Amino acid sequence: MFQVLFERFVKGKVLAVQEFTDLLINSVRHAFTRPRYLVDTLVQMDVIGFGSLAIVLLTGFFTGGVLALQTYRTLSTFGEVGLLGQVVALSMVRELGPVLTALMVAGRNSSGIASEIGSMLVSEQIDAMRALGTDPLRKLVTPRLYATLVTLPLLTILADFCGMLGGAIVSTSTAHLSSAEYWTLAYQALEFEDCFQGLTKPFFFAIIVALVGCYFGLHTTGGTEGVGRSTTRAVVVACVLILVVDFFYTKFLIATGFF
Amino acid sequence: MTLPEAEPPPRTRDRSEGQTAVVELRHVSLAFEEKQVLNDVSFRVGAGETLVLLGVTGSGKSVLLKLILGLLKPDAGQVLVGGQDLAPLSESQLYPIRQHMGIVFQEGALFDSLSVYENVAYRLREEGLKDEAKIERQVREVLRFVEMEQTLEKMPAELSGGMRRRVSIARAIVNEPAIMLYDSPTAGLDPVTAHTINILIAKLRDVQNVSSLVVTQRLADAYALAHFTYSAEQQGLVAVASDGGLGRRVPTHFLVLRDGTAYFSGSTDELTSTPDPYLRKFLA
Repeated sequence: MFQVLFERFVKGKVLAVQEFTDLLINSVRHAFTRPRYLVDTLVQMDVIGFGSLAIVLLTGFFTGGVLALQTYRTLSTFGEVGLLGQVVALSMVRELGPVLTALMVAGRNSSGIASEIGSMLVSEQIDAMRALGTDPLRKLVTPRLYATLVTLPLLTILADFCGMLGGAIVSTSTAHLSSAEYWTLAYQALEFEDCFQGLTKPFFFAIIVALVGCYFGLHTTGGTEGVGRSTTRAVVVACVLILVVDFFYTKFLIATGFF
Repeated sequence: MTLPEAEPPPRTRDRSEGQTAVVELRHVSLAFEEKQVLNDVSFRVGAGETLVLLGVTGSGKSVLLKLILGLLKPDAGQVLVGGQDLAPLSESQLYPIRQHMGIVFQEGALFDSLSVYENVAYRLREEGLKDEAKIERQVREVLRFVEMEQTLEKMPAELSGGMRRRVSIARAIVNEPAIMLYDSPTAGLDPVTAHTINILIAKLRDVQNVSSLVVTQRLADAYALAHFTYSAEQQGLVAVASDGGLGRRVPTHFLVLRDGTAYFSGSTDELTSTPDPYLRKFLA
């Protein structure tokens, strides 16, 4: 009995990985052949990118601010408060900016994508699309993937800046650093490797955010209750995958001597 | 105590033998995981004919329509549309075949983020038509056909069930398909609205000579399609041969599914006069 259940579990997970990979390859490939749905891509850029702007800026700002607050207490015991700019900049650009931005966007958009596509599936709109001559992957998945690939790195840059801004406000108000000192050290601390790491991570995260939402949406079963389940799973899986991929990508860069 | 032996199913006869079939299923079987949904089902629909698919819930009627559209592939057997076997075709190869078919889903399946106009125009845009004036002309024409021209700018959520069903018919016929598939088109509708939908189905069949497959659980609707024809003069249904003996015959036959098998195939008269106890109970 246990063996049967275990076998079924493993087969299910292997099938899920296979289907996800198939979804990734096809959705990337469709951008290079006609028909292309550019208007749908622009609409999704507005929904995913501009729609997430407020929460990303707030997240970045307050993350930078609290990072400066917490780090100030430690640095002041060593008399190195002047390093606040460096700490906030490196932390935000390398790690906190990309990861927290991706988590916020995943929470907002992976769920939205899963529920929208799941609702279409249970109400036979996906079948109607196929009956009317449209490939649902081209129409629904590819625009969302490319929209996220374009907007998530941009959102990450804005989050990084807002984080450094939040850190600057705390540094000048609480740590009594001068603004010039803070920003000079923040700027000088950043090197090419830091920016490369911080700006390549969003591309991997964008694939996760878009495709996990689409995958669970397209595999929704069980009516409206199933839509709710798909939505929840999409957010949970996307967030966990972001953290796991972040860890292994960072380890890869360190192992290859990139740092 | 010995249980009585189950009655064998009534003999099924293919009514359209000898005619060119627009849709044909040959020994089709399909299972979802361990549940056998269809088992060795065969039937044909000739050009201009109507096939009414009857059966209890879960007997595989909607699955048959999806097989004909190529949305599902059979585990065994062949699904032929216009003589072409759909099973070996890829999704992109199925699109030209689907252009000749229209389907009305059970709840309409309108795209709820698009207006009525955009829903009906959807197929024309997907087929590459760029002339907006022509698109508008065709959209207005089919909406006029289903008497929904006044709802052009409305969203599906603003429409009643019957109105959504009518818009769904308009969307399905905008490119003048030769074959129409209806999945419980009157389910959940009141009798008056259901009658309106039946008039539209008969109008398409009799005016545009489309071949139709109608899945329904409502026997009244099935009999209406079999015994009545559309009259342009009266803008409604008239009984067949009610015009003084020169009435049109309405080529309609029935297929009753039971537990995924073709339990009965024949005309209205054969269905209503059958002595089979299951069918008598079904028709009661």
